[in-house]
Amino acid sequence: MAKVFEWVRAASFLLLILGSPACLPAAPAGTGEELMVTENPPGRAGGRIVVGLRSEPKTLNPVLAADDTSRDVIRCMTSDLIHISRETLKTEPALAKSWIASRDGRQYTLHLRHGLRFSDGQPLNADDVLFSFRLYLDEKMHSSQRDLLVIGGKPVEVQKVDDFTVRFDLARPYAAAERIFDGLAILPRHLLEETYRSGNFAHAWTLAAPPNQFAGLGPFRLREYVPGQRVVLEKNPYYWKKDRAGNRLPYLDEIVFLFVPSADAQVVRFEAGDTDILSRFSAEDFAVLEREQAARGYHLYDLGAGFEYNFLFFNLNDLASKGHPEITRKQSWFQDARFRQAVSAAIDRESIIRLVYHGRATPLWGNVTPGNKLWIDNSLPHPAQSLDRARQLLQSAGFSLKSGETLVDARGTPVEFSILTNSSNAQRSKMATLIQDDLSKLGMNVHLVSLEFRAMVDRLLNTYDYEAAVMGLVTGDADPTPEMNVWLSSGETHLWHPVQAKPATEWEAEIDRLMQQQMTTLDYAKRKRLYDRVQEIIAENVPVICLASPNILVGAKDRVGNFRPAILDPYVLWNIEQLYVR
Amino acid sequence: MRRRFKLCGALILLAGFQSLILLAGFFAPYTSTAQDRRFPFAPPTRVHFFDAKGKFHARPFVYGLKNDPVDFGAYGIDFTRVYPIRFLAAGAPYKIAGIFPAHIHLLGVEEPGQLFLLGSDGYGRDQLSRFLYGGQLSLLAGLIAAALSVSLGIMLGGVAGFYGGWLDNALMRGAELFLALPWLYLLFAVRAALPLHINQSQVFLLLVAVMGLVGWARPARLIRGVVLSAKERTFVLAARGFGASDRYLLFRHILPQTSGVVLTQIALLIPQFVLAEVTLTFLGLGVGEPLASWGSLLSSLQQYSVLSSYWWMFLPALLLVPLFLGYYIAADALQERFKSVSL
Repeated sequence: MAKVFEWVRAASFLLLILGSPACLPAAPAGTGEELMVTENPPGRAGGRIVVGLRSEPKTLNPVLAADDTSRDVIRCMTSDLIHISRETLKTEPALAKSWIASRDGRQYTLHLRHGLRFSDGQPLNADDVLFSFRLYLDEKMHSSQRDLLVIGGKPVEVQKVDDFTVRFDLARPYAAAERIFDGLAILPRHLLEETYRSGNFAHAWTLAAPPNQFAGLGPFRLREYVPGQRVVLEKNPYYWKKDRAGNRLPYLDEIVFLFVPSADAQVVRFEAGDTDILSRFSAEDFAVLEREQAARGYHLYDLGAGFEYNFLFFNLNDLASKGHPEITRKQSWFQDARFRQAVSAAIDRESIIRLVYHGRATPLWGNVTPGNKLWIDNSLPHPAQSLDRARQLLQSAGFSLKSGETLVDARGTPVEFSILTNSSNAQRSKMATLIQDDLSKLGMNVHLVSLEFRAMVDRLLNTYDYEAAVMGLVTGDADPTPEMNVWLSSGETHLWHPVQAKPATEWEAEIDRLMQQQMTTLDYAKRKRLYDRVQEIIAENVPVICLASPNILVGAKDRVGNFRPAILDPYVLWNIEQLYVR
Repeated sequence: MRRRFKLCGALILLAGFQSLILLAGFFAPYTSTAQDRRFPFAPPTRVHFFDAKGKFHARPFVYGLKNDPVDFGAYGIDFTRVYPIRFLAAGAPYKIAGIFPAHIHLLGVEEPGQLFLLGSDGYGRDQLSRFLYGGQLSLLAGLIAAALSVSLGIMLGGVAGFYGGWLDNALMRGAELFLALPWLYLLFAVRAALPLHINQSQVFLLLVAVMGLVGWARPARLIRGVVLSAKERTFVLAARGFGASDRYLLFRHILPQTSGVVLTQIALLIPQFVLAEVTLTFLGLGVGEPLASWGSLLSSLQQYSVLSSYWWMFLPALLLVPLFLGYYIAADALQERFKSVSL
């Protein structure tokens, strides 16, 4: 996926690579509007669909939103400059109809579509883009998107070239530069500049704000919010896409987000027909819903492996200043790669797939999931469970069996530790129970502790008061770069030992080097080689013992047209503007 | 006569149930933690006397299970594999009452056959075995907690009733405070204050201690009432007139009169505390995996998919009904008996 191309080649590149004619920039319409033409089969205008949300969105402010449900709603109300197509996993033009990268990969010039309007009818121009990026980059806003916009230690510089052209300067060449624009909503300067200047931006666009204070470039705009019950969005008449037949999108008049707090309730409401679309549910629920599929007029889809990987890891933090003498003592086991390899060898991943996911998942031996086809290193070995190999590894690391059943270390201390999971995730608790049983066969005495998610994250990232944990991460994009904060030793989500001043081990130093290098290398083949090496190092040193990647499971009523779920989040609503009611 | 029959019946039922659980190792075909990962959520195994050809076998037998290749999680019966049920079969080692090692089980089938008389759970563990082993934990919790709260009740209720005055006032207001205490939140708070990894026996002790300490108020009030009326009885006054000490009066004359209330309370409190253990474990505050308790057996029913797909997961709950019924009938019979005695 070459990232450097010149202006002349740009257009043809877009045609060739961005591929699906779905994304061709449209010729200017009569009114001067440059609408984008989508390739979906034309649908029927009108109607509404109902979607369940796991919790109430915390805010509708795109700069401040940090939780999934807020983002799900905001995504329907806003648009970005360059978008990652959930279908092809490649970038496609959005508010920017085209862009040019400089030869050294450090400068991007984006051309906006002409004649676009916000949902309140006000026109869009380069000033809105500048204003939006000022918000994202403002340190006082603590926007979670800011990290992505700081490249090579410096924030991206944004400059206005003319009313419809914006230039972005990067401190360093950046391989995935186009992809950082995905999900960065462009905000209306005319509505928000005043609040921003007066320092009240943190209180802008909360759920309580009246709908006329909002304006976005997304397919829908806010109609009403009923606390504790629902958020209702209505069609944005100024939306900038149209179908082949020339109908302006979206087709739906209304989309209703119902607050349905538990996973089980979501399933029951969908089964009862109260909601039209369901995503993020378990394989067990899939089996339950599948039985009623024909009778109740909905269809379920198993999209195969996605981007979520679940893993077990040990506390490798430097606890000198933190206390926890008990954990420090046990770290002499955890820090031995042979101990971790033995644990990995003893885990029966096939059983995890069968018992936890009813077969709807893929076992993992590396940190990249099979859903990420462009980046997975297929040459990694996939050893089957082997207790013998595990015992050999433990023996070579000085462990032995006392009275035939208890594993003790060289000093004679019995091997006993606890595994932390979050109580809200039944799958992870179940995985931990299976691991507990597997490890008991090696003579390890493992306890399970389940905590509420936030309490668990606090222990993992702040107090380091844990011994081992089962966690999962979802890669936000089909590219290694958003994973930087996980694999860099200085990263904040470098779970087993976050925010290191300098790499604690040699292999972590090597991962650091490789990750930095892949980020600034522009050639895909070279980057792939670098990232393959990262995957090999992780598989060899097993700082995380990868377990399984669940399949993406979704369902929709038969009456929802153009339903094309994807394996990248948002799985079902990414083409909300194309959905219609049959 | 009928009354005595009722009490005897209830006691026999309870004794039978209790000994099943005490000897769980013998009656359970497997250990409580043995996973057979081939067969998660297998339905109860059917025991046959007649084979596929209609021939009668004096020794009952079961057929093997096979995974349905198409429908994941569904099982077919493999008629080609026959496993006769063996009585007093050797199997996994266990300890009788936690002390005497043994390895003979009442029932068993030869590997790789499976005998899931109540079906298996999500890890392929035998539900019957888990029910019996789980009973040891849950019943023990109920018994200890009931003993603890009743002895506290006797002590504090007896003192309050006998001495009266400010002591009575202080103790009874204290009891009211305990009655009003939201014990579930108390337990959450206590659990949160404890370190992350406390071992299973500590969790168990914590459960029992909290249940027992919070539960003393009601028996204490009842016992205080009995003591209040008992200390005015003529023979007690007479004994006092003869110069009997407080201690003598309490232990010789007054507390024996509370025995009816005490027995009835114990019979009522045990099932109540067993249920409390079930509730707490259901909410994730009890003993954790892989240990079995009645609460952990039922907690998988929290998931809609389990609730709607596997009916045999309800069986442990149904089995608790006769046990609780036994306790309540016993409590009822005891109450009637002592009422008639005191008249």
